[in-house]
Amino acid sequence: MQFLYSGITSGSIYALVAIGFNIIYNTTGLINFAQGEFVVLGGMLMYTTLTMFGLNIFSAFLITFILMFLVGILFERVFLRYVRLKTEINLITVTIALAIILRGIAMMIWGRDSLAVPSYVEEKTVLLVGGSITSQSLVVIVVCFFTAIVLSTFFKYTKYGKAFRACHDDQVASTICGIDVNLIRMLSFAIASFLGALAGAIVAPITFVTYTDGVMSGLKGFSAAILGGLGSFWGGLFGGFLLGVIEGFFAFILPSGFKDAFAFIILLLILFVKPSGLFGKKKAVRV
Amino acid sequence: MKKLNLFYLSFLAIVIVLFYIFVDNQFYKSILIYIMINAINASMLNILFGYTGVISLGQAAFYGIGAYTTGILTVHFGCNPLLTILIGILIASFVAFLVGYPTLKLHGHYLAMATLGFGMILYIFFNEFSNYTGGPSGLVGIPKLSLFGFGLDNEDKFYVFISIYFFIFSILLELFDKSYMSYKLKFIKESEFASKSFGVNVSRVKLIVFVLVAAVTSLTGSIFAFYSGFISPVSFNLKYSIDIFIMATVGGLGSIVGGTLGATMLTAFPELITNFEDYEMIIYGTLLLIIIMFFPQGIAGIFKKFWGRYVKS
Repeated sequence: MQFLYSGITSGSIYALVAIGFNIIYNTTGLINFAQGEFVVLGGMLMYTTLTMFGLNIFSAFLITFILMFLVGILFERVFLRYVRLKTEINLITVTIALAIILRGIAMMIWGRDSLAVPSYVEEKTVLLVGGSITSQSLVVIVVCFFTAIVLSTFFKYTKYGKAFRACHDDQVASTICGIDVNLIRMLSFAIASFLGALAGAIVAPITFVTYTDGVMSGLKGFSAAILGGLGSFWGGLFGGFLLGVIEGFFAFILPSGFKDAFAFIILLLILFVKPSGLFGKKKAVRV
Repeated sequence: MKKLNLFYLSFLAIVIVLFYIFVDNQFYKSILIYIMINAINASMLNILFGYTGVISLGQAAFYGIGAYTTGILTVHFGCNPLLTILIGILIASFVAFLVGYPTLKLHGHYLAMATLGFGMILYIFFNEFSNYTGGPSGLVGIPKLSLFGFGLDNEDKFYVFISIYFFIFSILLELFDKSYMSYKLKFIKESEFASKSFGVNVSRVKLIVFVLVAAVTSLTGSIFAFYSGFISPVSFNLKYSIDIFIMATVGGLGSIVGGTLGATMLTAFPELITNFEDYEMIIYGTLLLIIIMFFPQGIAGIFKKFWGRYVKS
């Protein structure tokens, strides 16, 4: 049973990253290769504000999130908008380039070592049926669910949320209806960046942060998004948990070195068997 | 059919021959060998990405399949070296088919993520199956290749061999560039829907190109294994895939000169600048960003603009 609990913990991180992928995919149709880098930056900024500047937790979170929100806006406003030939390939390549740059910057500023972020809550172990879970992990799970509920309410009931969904359905039609598509695109990157940072910040005390982590978290988040169905909000959430649990299970029965391979084997399998994912509403468009 | 770019081909030939005659330094020769290997890999990715519009971020995996098939079969099983190259090509093609078949049918860039993930899987496997691959410390003792009785046992002989391989490869690429096939691929990149309505089976063409590219990359990987005599997972990690990707993009997408140009620049740079490693990612990333944002044709495209008469690509 222990693998179930640790799986859910890592699963909630994958879920947050997957939701970030989905938000950007839904409004722009792009896959953002820098999503994993947002996670790393979130964790590293928490380290900087908490350990280096010695701020309290509340202001540390606030500063991290504001900075990451700005990074997301910068991403769309400065780079993606000024690409000369706006084909899908070029835009995706821009996100790949930005991911490399962010990784390089993270390495320059914070170095190659793993950074340990102090724990946000008192460390306790909660005993559950067949295993135990730390208070850290509980925080991660709670934050993940809380975010999911807030976001789904936002998308379903608020005016702006509806605008996001309209952009997903038809950009031209939403422009005609008076929705500022550019603003929505920008906001979608900002929210995705914020979600990445949130995932990075809450997981940092458990796994520590290294500048190379971005590739892994990005890929696993993407696998989770595909598993649940790319573009589907609750699908991404569920996909994340499922991926985390499956991964935990295989890490339990096989040598730990192979643990990371399973997320990708699942990714390939799901692309092979059911590319629309488990909960994808629409079929993935075939060529 | 357009005329072949004889200027480029003869320029390549002259540079390679002059280098062989006048440069005695083994180190420079080895750099040129690496440039040629990278140029082949980058050019293959260029066909995939620049011509067909399919992003692959796992080329190092296919390169690694070639190298490790050769390495494992010669070191542990004493196979005939030439046979191992063939087996490597078969395995790489089969694997490329497996990865490409489901993903290339889908619209969008599932393949980019799938190849990225696949590259990671292979990197993990190269590290973990240490009984055969030697794990992180690498596989040593790969015998030298011998062709028709000539043993390629020193740097000079290998230089000649790889030059010939590279030159033949360049001629074939040039022929491809001017062929009907390259227009078909560019048509797919331009518009999938339009090419479909003209009767092009888009996903099938993409798959064929992907498999062929994987096969050639694997062949180059085998040759690399024979050249260095030692392989370790580090040579086939994500960084190498990304490096190839940057070489192809910076050099010039959709142009034959591009792969060679990008490979030359990006292989020679790190050797010239000290402490390059610390800034590598930022420099490469910025280069890629600037090129893709403002000069989608790459450096070859910039050249073409200024000296359109000489550099036809």
